[in-house]
Amino acid sequence: MDTALAMPDLGPALAEIILAVGAMALLMFGVFRGEGSTRSVNIGAVLLLIVAGVVVLGQPDERVTTFGGAFVMDGFAIVMKCLVLAGSAIAIIMASSFMARENMDRFEFPILIVLATLGMLMMVSANGLIALYMGLELQSLALYVVASFHRDNTRSTEAGLKYFVLGALASGMLLYGSSLIYGFSGTTNFDTLTGVLLVGGVSTGLIFGLVFVLAGLAFKISAVPFHMWTPDVYEGAPTPVTAFFAAAPKIAAMALFMRVMYGAFAPAVDQWQQVVVFISIASMVLGAFAAIGQTNIKRLMAYSSIGHMGFALVGLAAGTAGGVEGVVIYLTIYLIMNAGAFCCILAMRHKEGPVEDISDLAGLSRNQPMLAAAFAVILFSLAGIPPMAGFFAKFYVFLAAIDAGLYALAIIGVLASVVGAFYYLRVIKVMYFDEPAETFAGPLDRELGVVLTLSGLFTLLFILYPQPVLKMAEGAASSLVPTVEAAHVSEEAPAEPHAPAH
Amino acid sequence: MTGNFPILSLITFLPLVGALIIFMIRADEEVAARNARWVALWTTAITFIMSLTIWVGFDKGTADFQFVEKAAWLGNSINYHMGVDGISMLFVILTTFLMPFCILASWESIQKRVKEYMIAFLLLETLMIGVFCSLDLVLFYLFFEAGLIPMFLIIGVWGGARRIYASFKFFLYTLAGSVLMLLAIMALYWQVGTTDIPTLLAADIPAEMQTWLWLAFFASFAVKMPMWPVHTWLPDAHVEAPTAGSVILAGILLKMGGYGFLRFSLPMFPIASDLFAPMVFALSVIAIIYTSLVALVQEDMKKLIAYSSVAHMGFVTMGIFAATTQGVQGGIFQMLSHGWVSGALFLCVGVVYDRMHTRDISAYGGLVKRMPLFAVGFMVFTMANVGLPGTSGFVGEFLTIIGVFQVNTWVAFLAATGVILSACYALYLYRRVVFGELEKDTLKSITDVNRREILTLAPLIAATIYFGVYPLPILDVTAVSVDNLVTNYAAALDAHAAAGSSFPDFAWLNLSR
Repeated sequence: MDTALAMPDLGPALAEIILAVGAMALLMFGVFRGEGSTRSVNIGAVLLLIVAGVVVLGQPDERVTTFGGAFVMDGFAIVMKCLVLAGSAIAIIMASSFMARENMDRFEFPILIVLATLGMLMMVSANGLIALYMGLELQSLALYVVASFHRDNTRSTEAGLKYFVLGALASGMLLYGSSLIYGFSGTTNFDTLTGVLLVGGVSTGLIFGLVFVLAGLAFKISAVPFHMWTPDVYEGAPTPVTAFFAAAPKIAAMALFMRVMYGAFAPAVDQWQQVVVFISIASMVLGAFAAIGQTNIKRLMAYSSIGHMGFALVGLAAGTAGGVEGVVIYLTIYLIMNAGAFCCILAMRHKEGPVEDISDLAGLSRNQPMLAAAFAVILFSLAGIPPMAGFFAKFYVFLAAIDAGLYALAIIGVLASVVGAFYYLRVIKVMYFDEPAETFAGPLDRELGVVLTLSGLFTLLFILYPQPVLKMAEGAASSLVPTVEAAHVSEEAPAEPHAPAH
Repeated sequence: MTGNFPILSLITFLPLVGALIIFMIRADEEVAARNARWVALWTTAITFIMSLTIWVGFDKGTADFQFVEKAAWLGNSINYHMGVDGISMLFVILTTFLMPFCILASWESIQKRVKEYMIAFLLLETLMIGVFCSLDLVLFYLFFEAGLIPMFLIIGVWGGARRIYASFKFFLYTLAGSVLMLLAIMALYWQVGTTDIPTLLAADIPAEMQTWLWLAFFASFAVKMPMWPVHTWLPDAHVEAPTAGSVILAGILLKMGGYGFLRFSLPMFPIASDLFAPMVFALSVIAIIYTSLVALVQEDMKKLIAYSSVAHMGFVTMGIFAATTQGVQGGIFQMLSHGWVSGALFLCVGVVYDRMHTRDISAYGGLVKRMPLFAVGFMVFTMANVGLPGTSGFVGEFLTIIGVFQVNTWVAFLAATGVILSACYALYLYRRVVFGELEKDTLKSITDVNRREILTLAPLIAATIYFGVYPLPILDVTAVSVDNLVTNYAAALDAHAAAGSSFPDFAWLNLSR
């Protein structure tokens, strides 16, 4: 174990290091400058995320591991990290005006987001059970805090506490599963684990561990039946925080999900596929039906995100390169739609403060036609109606599912999307068909306007030039999946060890 | 029309340009509304004239796709591919032909949010033309589904009292059918490796797979058509939609179902089509007889015409699945004829609705005394709806019944009784609305059709009578493509029979072998 003594190669983890150091520096800056520094810290945090993004983009496409094989950087990680960083940066931008107006503009907020993002990047790059847990917890702890960021508000603190307790339970399950996996395979490293599975087959103990790990991960993406926290946390947390929750952490957790299933457990595809198919169906169906009765738009978005994760899992369940491609396309489009949708929700405020009822949107098409039009485009897109981008998101995951022969999953999925269309249409109905209610106070904040315009245009015009996203997803898939295909092709071939760590 | 001039894309997206122009209009309510109307009218008129060039330049001697355009779009195997043949070309013309009348019909009856209304209609036109022009399944699906959005808004924003219920029902019914087709499209993609329609038409799809794919496509087209028993969205949507919305629904959106059967079900899945033909016949006959009877007891004019549409579409499905030259020709002709006849009937209802603001049949009577011109127009369309020889309605019904007679005389017999029933409800409606004494005080001051309304109805009357007497221009265009379709269909069935595998090909029957 002389590798452990040598200094590991820090190159692949440069973005994470920048974020960690930058977060400390911003914290120092904030502490010394006091409460008035929020704006500068916001800008600094966004810049930091952009710098990290540039560094990530500069990484080579080939697969490299470091820290004794616990940390991996490949084409897939580059794409997912960029999505996560973009999601976090957008969240900070979207939050600034709202936080200032609600007297919550403390400099800790952007720093916590940066720290959560750091955890997410770790998750994306985790190549071992320990790195996985470390990333996940770093992310989660920061998220628990931001959930209760409105600390004088009981609902917000309740949201944070609830999230924390249930999150701790999920982490416990994940750890228990990890320990079982370690116990039955003798390794925490994903590459070695694949080798063990290929040689020794999938033992019952490993399946046990796998199921527990799956449960923990399902909690993080709020897939049914581990979704209970989602509506309450989404409703209770301040709206910009909800916007953040619905995007970047989901993407990171899905990336981790794919990394574990397609990377470590590729040989056990028959075992995990059943579980993923089940949680996918359950999420899509529950997301669709439970959203129908909601009157609070944030709760609606919570069920919507549960449903969307179910759809993304359809691609994951396929277990093919096409599936990964579908999931990456899905998450990219979801991230952008979601940002737009939350811009509209953030715009919902009366003179007394923000409002969250769907009925408050009544007649928006008359009062603020452009805002209503943008929201309608995004809602149609979330429902998956062509020609919006959301259709292509669903198209590619179902394409992969059909290829994999998962017909029942596909049929239930598309029917759930029809039920889901109902509640999105209901919001459009309120905006377009109902008589106008009280108008929203003030114009749309400038930064929200920018994000919303970009999101709406992307959603609407994706159809004209889809190649960049498709190419990106294809690249990500091809870098993640060779292991899966190798596993399918040669069952008895011994696992070839990947490039040894420096 | 040779060369690479992208005429189909031009026709398809011209209305979209008009919509963008209207979107740009910045003026106060009154002026903006007036400008929006004129821009919409000009756009649709120009689109119609442009679309005539494809009729003029159309080569009737080939069954190949013409005016083809192709460009890379989604990856390597899903392309932007446009083209028309004898089956689809006339539907493009029908769409562009009806649109100016829709705009004219909305000229005065739509007073609120005129800009948005016109944008929705122009958007809808682009999507409808796209459906008939696309030669790629994904592209087709895109246009097919996207059309729901403007129609949903048209019904929901400018519709009648129960507009919300109707718009949701319309949207969700159609969507539920379509998503299954989407899965079938994906399955086809993996089977053949492309979604290119000409390639798929030539592809040989295994018999048992055909069964499933046929059913999935059927789910979509049967709802769109609509066939009994999934027709219930139609009366609701028709009743609540504004006049022009009903015209588009009856005139064009319903035709997408029939077009889909002709373009996909029959040529791509001939074995399954043959297998399920008896079911289609049964549903068609039920539709013809049952919905005609339902139409007979309606109190609402629009609802009556809506049910009559379902019955007429029964003739279409019957003719198409007879898979004989006459049947398919008749099906196409019936769809086109029904396109302008039912559209015109809805326009007639719109004329009296704009004056009286009620569609109750009992609120009318004796209109002929005050509205002689209207009575003449309404008469022509009623007769065409009945299928009186000399009107275009006759040709389609006659051909479909001939077509199906060769296959199954009983179906032809039952369908023929539907013709009698259609005479019953149509004439009964006409008598109650137009004839009788003018007793109601509210009707005493009703005015006859004005210049704009004459301009709207006259061309439709001309088309009804012209193509009723001389249907050759239409039948000529479709002949070669239909022959090709029917020949290939028969050949595929022969090949299947020769291959020795007996019907039906359900997997569970293999157990017994």
